[in-house]
Amino acid sequence: MLDLQKYTCLGAVLRDALERFGSETCLIEADRDREKVRLTYSDFKEISLPLARALEDAEFDAGDRAAILMTNQSKWLISAYAIFYSGGVLVPLDYKLTAAEQLQLLEHSKAKVLVVEYHLWRAIMQAPEFHNIKTKLVLVTEAPLGADLAGGFRWEDFKRKGAPDFVMRQREDVACIVYSSGTGGRPKGCVLTHENYLEQCRALTAWYPFWPGVRYLSILPTNHAIDFMVGFIGPFVCGACVVHLRTLRPEFVRDAFVRYRITYVALVPMILKNLERGLRAKFDELPGWKRAILNRMIGLNKMLTGGKARVKLSRALLPQVHRAFGGELLALITGGAFMEPSAMQFFYDLGIPVVNGYGLTEAGTALTLNDLKPFRADTVGKPLPGVELRVLSPNEEGIGEIAARSKTVMSHYLDDAEMTLETIVDGWLLTGDLGRFDESGHLQLFGRKKNMIVTEGGKNIYPEDIETVFDGLPVKEYCVFAANYVWPQKELGREMLVIALRLEQNQRFDSTLLGEMATRNRRLPDFKRVGGYVIWERDFPRTASMKIKRQALAEELGKTVERGAVVKL
Amino acid sequence: MPTAEKTLDEILTLAAAHFKVPREKLSPDGDFFKTLGIDSLQTLDLLTKLENHFRVELPDYELQGVSDFRTLAEKIQARL
Repeated sequence: MLDLQKYTCLGAVLRDALERFGSETCLIEADRDREKVRLTYSDFKEISLPLARALEDAEFDAGDRAAILMTNQSKWLISAYAIFYSGGVLVPLDYKLTAAEQLQLLEHSKAKVLVVEYHLWRAIMQAPEFHNIKTKLVLVTEAPLGADLAGGFRWEDFKRKGAPDFVMRQREDVACIVYSSGTGGRPKGCVLTHENYLEQCRALTAWYPFWPGVRYLSILPTNHAIDFMVGFIGPFVCGACVVHLRTLRPEFVRDAFVRYRITYVALVPMILKNLERGLRAKFDELPGWKRAILNRMIGLNKMLTGGKARVKLSRALLPQVHRAFGGELLALITGGAFMEPSAMQFFYDLGIPVVNGYGLTEAGTALTLNDLKPFRADTVGKPLPGVELRVLSPNEEGIGEIAARSKTVMSHYLDDAEMTLETIVDGWLLTGDLGRFDESGHLQLFGRKKNMIVTEGGKNIYPEDIETVFDGLPVKEYCVFAANYVWPQKELGREMLVIALRLEQNQRFDSTLLGEMATRNRRLPDFKRVGGYVIWERDFPRTASMKIKRQALAEELGKTVERGAVVKL
Repeated sequence: MPTAEKTLDEILTLAAAHFKVPREKLSPDGDFFKTLGIDSLQTLDLLTKLENHFRVELPDYELQGVSDFRTLAEKIQARL
């Protein structure tokens, strides 16, 4: 791999990777069982430089921001490279947000350029807020010829001949603005520097290196910090290959493992559970004697790999299982959300190591990772090289808020000095997560101090962001909380949102109100929905400016009402 | 081409069989995530079955924000 210490910016290291690994395959894009794109590093360069030149001609200058709003595909990475080549700042946006939310973040980021897929652009053009869009240059991928793009250009046609000038950036310059949340009114745009990414990549590849021939299956959204690092920067600086799959259909995900002989994949709990369900169903279909042999081999594998993962041995003991994953899988990488230890153990027992980690966008990608020496399903691993972690104000069990100091920690929140000051104190990032270290230096997480949930799909949901959907609800007042914030648990998981309702005097909670709440709830994407409600008999505590004192209300609720009183919505 | 009502009816029958629940438990307008206790990947699994049955192809994004069988039926009907 390239020596990252020698570089000051992502553009430069990627540029050298394209030269160094020229004939290696860097990118495969498949849609279901159809391969659509296969590029070598040289091909990638040939396609991206005319785009960089066109951006240059369009006066896209160093430090200008360009947003990408796309599902995982080759044009995502090609566009990102062209942006870095031009010295630009990349703003990866979540394609699963609503068009209104995407427009809000686009405005907040002040992106000068937007690269967007046609179906997403169509939705944006239809949004009422579209007339306010200030982004000057819009490049639309896969748009039909002659389609009305409201002034946008077809990405495929946006290229110019001639070599573009490479724009060098320094380590302290901004590389990306990544939104960790905040569509409801206070966007949290994490400003991450080139140093953040280079150091994160160095730390991750020190433990889990890539090399030419490695094939990484990219199914987490590339706008997510994990996939951006392990599904783009990491593989590219090592000459490895990224496989994009443009569907999350479980049958095609399973097929991709085999078709492309995948080496690594990063997953969120929802996908891991789905793979587990599929395997268990197959095991259940086996005749009794075959099942008995399988169980024996699993038992033998457990015995021989308890202290250390031995993938080659496991492949020999359980060939059918490993063949179902392509036969070359080295590990499943998990993170971004709470992972059930039992699901991780299930795969480890089959000889497929699960590398569990912990991190947050504000800290780059990962702060800790399991080093598999030995495998531990009950922790999120040890701090990565260069990461300092400490437990603040630990209680008698040693549990307290985790604070992190590392070269990977973001510079600040975009245009929010107040939130930055609250989050980064004396150089330490306050994570809002509760944990402790065990005697072997592994971090164990025990819940959150902050009012938010992380879904099984790895999405951070902040109650404030979804409250607007209940605007005008015929009650005196309401407030949405993370249940575990109100009723702290000494564990992660079982996360849900709860709406606290204060009814008008003499108002009764009836089926009309319930129906109204349910209807509004369904306007939210399924992963953002409120899971239950609770009736509160007093007026909410408020500040002088009449804002709800959320923390005070949560404390009162937690003390007065039991979690069992929450009614499912 | 089948009528919209027939498409919806077939989808409900196929979904009931796929998730192994009684047909009468499923309603056209109910929230299937809630009724069936499923996640979005399980919905995608069902969609593959429906595509094979109706011989259509829907990209994943067509399903984004869909949480009831009637809307799902409309999306499929539009491609028949």
